[in-house]
Amino acid sequence: MFEALHDAKLDWLYGGVLVLLLISTLIGRVLKSRYKSDPGRTTIDNLNARIRAWWKMCAIFAVAVVSGRIGSLILFGIISFLAMREYMTLVPTRRGDHRTLFWSFFVIMPLQYYLIGVQWYGLFAVMIPVLACVYIPPSIAIAGDTEHFLERASKVQFGIMVCVYSLSHAPALLLLQIPGFEGHDARLLLYLVIVDQMSDVLQYVWGKLVGRRKIAWRVSPNKTWEGFLGGALSATALGTALWWATPFTPLESAGMSLMICILGFNGGLVMSAIKRDIGIKDFGVVIEGHGGILDRIDSLCFAAPIFFHLVRYYFVP
Amino acid sequence: MNNHIHPIASLLAAIGRGISGVQVRWAGCEPDERQRVYFANHSSHLDFVVLWSALPSEIRAKTRPIAAKDYWERTPLRRYLANNVFHAVFLDRGSSGKTKNPDEPHFVGRHLIDEMADALGTEHSLILFPEGTRGTGEKVGPFRSGLYHLGLRRPDVGLVPAYLENLNRILPKGEFLPVPMLSLLTFGKPLQVEPEEHRDAFLERAREAVASLRRIGSA
Repeated sequence: MFEALHDAKLDWLYGGVLVLLLISTLIGRVLKSRYKSDPGRTTIDNLNARIRAWWKMCAIFAVAVVSGRIGSLILFGIISFLAMREYMTLVPTRRGDHRTLFWSFFVIMPLQYYLIGVQWYGLFAVMIPVLACVYIPPSIAIAGDTEHFLERASKVQFGIMVCVYSLSHAPALLLLQIPGFEGHDARLLLYLVIVDQMSDVLQYVWGKLVGRRKIAWRVSPNKTWEGFLGGALSATALGTALWWATPFTPLESAGMSLMICILGFNGGLVMSAIKRDIGIKDFGVVIEGHGGILDRIDSLCFAAPIFFHLVRYYFVP
Repeated sequence: MNNHIHPIASLLAAIGRGISGVQVRWAGCEPDERQRVYFANHSSHLDFVVLWSALPSEIRAKTRPIAAKDYWERTPLRRYLANNVFHAVFLDRGSSGKTKNPDEPHFVGRHLIDEMADALGTEHSLILFPEGTRGTGEKVGPFRSGLYHLGLRRPDVGLVPAYLENLNRILPKGEFLPVPMLSLLTFGKPLQVEPEEHRDAFLERAREAVASLRRIGSA
């Protein structure tokens, strides 16, 4: 269970994250002392709040991953729970959805993570897309309320697909038996999370610095071509530079990183569209400066399943 | 009642906050140990526990719910919690008496007002759901007159409106298993019964004060 402790390359990854956090904290301090009363001050305060939140998130993540597969499963299970909680709170549901929602939270979600825990890949892969898909619509129908029926069934199904099924592919990386990489799967999980989250951060930074041409201004005024390209390319460069921690060659690592960045962008775009539709800015106020949990992991929800299947297809015999 | 804080009170409050994921906004006043009557919309069995658990612990220790006797006396656990942890003030919903008109001498509701005023005493606050029964959560129903009479009897006590949002989705009427969505509790500006204010006018003003605190549109 503590195999991860003796992995020197994993230590290097953590060390890199630590250095990055220290540098950004330092930059945050310098900016704070330099701009005392400018209008840019709110942006800097927001930046510092984000950096503080990053320290906490990295600490929690490090502890969970170091404690092995169980720790990672518990962590991602909690994240799924909090994300779905935010999602279901803001997506209109009706009285007739109550029992279906109860089952989604307390049966389907734990079961999904349990299946990873017992390494039952076959059921893990079909439980939500197949079984939950045939369970949710009739269980809503049986409550007898037909108003907006298709919308309601779809909203519950989509929420559980994104918040539980997709996200659970991140800890499921620990199931993969890659020849020559046994016992090092935690690095793959860390690689995915680092590239994905750094892509978000770098897109934000590039967008703030040079962002001009909006990609879909109606959906998200903050997403610009400059921000997306700058962020995705620099995060891809970072991911390529981390190839030594993965079973990939540098070129493969570049391809994987680029894919993570593009899918992550898509995830953010979809969640922005949903938020705009409901008429809110953030999904919650759980993480200081970050909006909600779902705002933080939307990119991961889209990148994780594809990354998992690409690795599984190409690297697991 | 005694002022003893039950050892499980903090634990129950933490569970209440956990299940409801409640976010508390003090929009019209600050938390204060001053005597108050908190009155809110009612759509779930969780309403009281969530409002109670959202109060800072030193205020919570002195705040008692006005509780329906038939509900809280139904099981030994509820009775125990109501008596020993919440220090509930029981009202018998059934005893409407001969007349509901408080201007008539036989108004039996008078003794309910007496009980509430006694429960306030010199240091306690109360939690009251003036709709008297749980609604669907879509709109705030008409208020019963208890709040008005209490306000007349104790003009020194601020009547604080509160809106509990989303609890009807967490635990709706008729369900017994909660769905852990997030909820929102907003405290508004304290009201008082104005001199010469008619009962119905005040009750409607109080009802609107609660309804106006709603943040998210109807679900």
